[in-house]
Amino acid sequence: MLVYIVKRILMTLLVLLMVVVFLTLLVHIVPGDPVTMILGPRATPSLIAQMRSAMDLDKPIYVQIGHFLWNILHGSLGMDAVTGVPIATLIGSALPHTMILAVSSLLLAVLIGVPIGMYSATHTDSLPDRILTIGSISLTTIPSYVAGLFLLLIFAVELHALPAMGLGNAGDTLDYIKHLILPSIALAITWIGYLGRLVRTSLLEVFNETYVRASRAAGISERLIRYRYALKNALIPTVAILGVGLGSLMGGAVFIEIIFTRPGMGLLIYNAIQTRNYPLVRAGVFVVAVLFVLANLLADLVYTYLDPRIQLNKRMA
Amino acid sequence: MQYFEKPSSPLQRLLDRIPLVGDIVRQPLGAIGFAIVSLFVVCVVFAPLIAPYDYARQDIPNRMEGPSVKYWLGTDNLGRDLFSRLVYGSRIAFETALPSVGIALIVGMLLGLIAGYVGGWLDNLIVVVMDTLQAFPSIMLSLAILALLGPSLVNVIIVIGLTWMPNYARVVRAQTLSIREKTYVEAERSLGATDRSILLSHILPNVIAPPLILAAMDLPWVITFEAGLSFLGLGVRPPTPSWGSILSEGFDHIFETPWPILWSGLTLALTTLGFTLFGEALRDVLDPRLSGTRGL
Repeated sequence: MLVYIVKRILMTLLVLLMVVVFLTLLVHIVPGDPVTMILGPRATPSLIAQMRSAMDLDKPIYVQIGHFLWNILHGSLGMDAVTGVPIATLIGSALPHTMILAVSSLLLAVLIGVPIGMYSATHTDSLPDRILTIGSISLTTIPSYVAGLFLLLIFAVELHALPAMGLGNAGDTLDYIKHLILPSIALAITWIGYLGRLVRTSLLEVFNETYVRASRAAGISERLIRYRYALKNALIPTVAILGVGLGSLMGGAVFIEIIFTRPGMGLLIYNAIQTRNYPLVRAGVFVVAVLFVLANLLADLVYTYLDPRIQLNKRMA
Repeated sequence: MQYFEKPSSPLQRLLDRIPLVGDIVRQPLGAIGFAIVSLFVVCVVFAPLIAPYDYARQDIPNRMEGPSVKYWLGTDNLGRDLFSRLVYGSRIAFETALPSVGIALIVGMLLGLIAGYVGGWLDNLIVVVMDTLQAFPSIMLSLAILALLGPSLVNVIIVIGLTWMPNYARVVRAQTLSIREKTYVEAERSLGATDRSILLSHILPNVIAPPLILAAMDLPWVITFEAGLSFLGLGVRPPTPSWGSILSEGFDHIFETPWPILWSGLTLALTTLGFTLFGEALRDVLDPRLSGTRGL
């Protein structure tokens, strides 16, 4: 067990190192020079040289990678060459809003999706089950940006029922929550459908297990079997998938933050792309990748803890 | 010379199932999916015949109109017919989805075969590279690359192919690993078969079905992904109509007219639903073992 955990953590560190190498190499492999993209075609050579040095691009690749890693180890992500503000400050103010959005969407998806799956599994082939199943499939196929635009159109533009832009007044928690409602629903919709389907499938699988049938034969009440014994085991795959979910929700947040103008990581990276600010793009994408990888690592470890039967050295499906 | 009975390959089973459509349509949800996918294909092939107007034709006096007899679904901010633009948009969806899934499938399969068959340090290297590519949410990876490549349809295809490829490499690698150890492969090897012939005539036919099913299941995601990138302004350039760019133009004028967002959103959601239902029915028919929900 310990060997597995250590191996898994080392692997994670290796992947993160590769992420840094990849993001640095990208500038060199892919055609297009970020410096001339920022400064435009009429920039003077001295200005270009100055910007190139501010972005670290005048040094050999291994120095750039080393520099980036050295900065990370010292809790810094370098200076933003365009605004002159430390990149860590920019990310530090954007990240909490994205995390709040992702976590509240995930919570919403669990609170709605899990009961849907449970109801469906305990009422198989009934009319409500069929409606819920088709509903869940339909929800999984609505892209988050379509859901976001529809919610914006209905509740903000047509009904004026909920605010749609920004974060609300600073310091006003209630206003902040109001501004969070539409974005988190939009982001949660796919996952509500997805969890509904997943919980239904895994519960039905567990209902067929020998120990459930044995418990039934022993006369244990159906309610106890379903909600105490079966649900516990059926939720293991769900817990495992939530880590992946958190990561993918952070990705989906790009669209939602643009649609609802929430100043989170997605909007930060998107704006950096618009201004061709590649160092900021690299740092932002790196931070998201770190969170993504950590969420997956955590889900993996929780999964191993919950279900010791899974193969410990299984690295690829 | 054959000493061991070979298990029937998934490819063989695939070919046995040529009257596939019948099996898919027999399931109600599969039938709905098939109908939607057929409608989509008809739009792609016959777009110029179906669309009443040219997708770039502007009718400024009638801009941002609701549905009418003249413009069935209304017009956008430049007075262009929304119905015609949506019909032509299916072509963009198709022209992006097919090649990008194709790239992901072919490159992923090749890497998976090499990793699984050759093993050793090459396998480790491929695994780490795939892990790295999957360490990003796919949208972030695409944004990072498109930030440098610049927006264009070809770039979007390359980026989507690259982003989706690791899934295929994983599936094929896992299959290759298990088949490599099968007795009949060892028997062939001891009879002097070359690596090339083992790979082509024994491993490839046995690993090809799961990635093909995966490709069918991935099509709807790739379509929404392309639309998403076009929505962000990183996909096709105007006036080419992508469903994502119609959404984006609608977003710019959301306070003036709901129709572009409404119709393009519904088209996207319906197409995704159709392909998903079709893909799942196809999977259930071809390989019931893979049935159940899969990761996003």
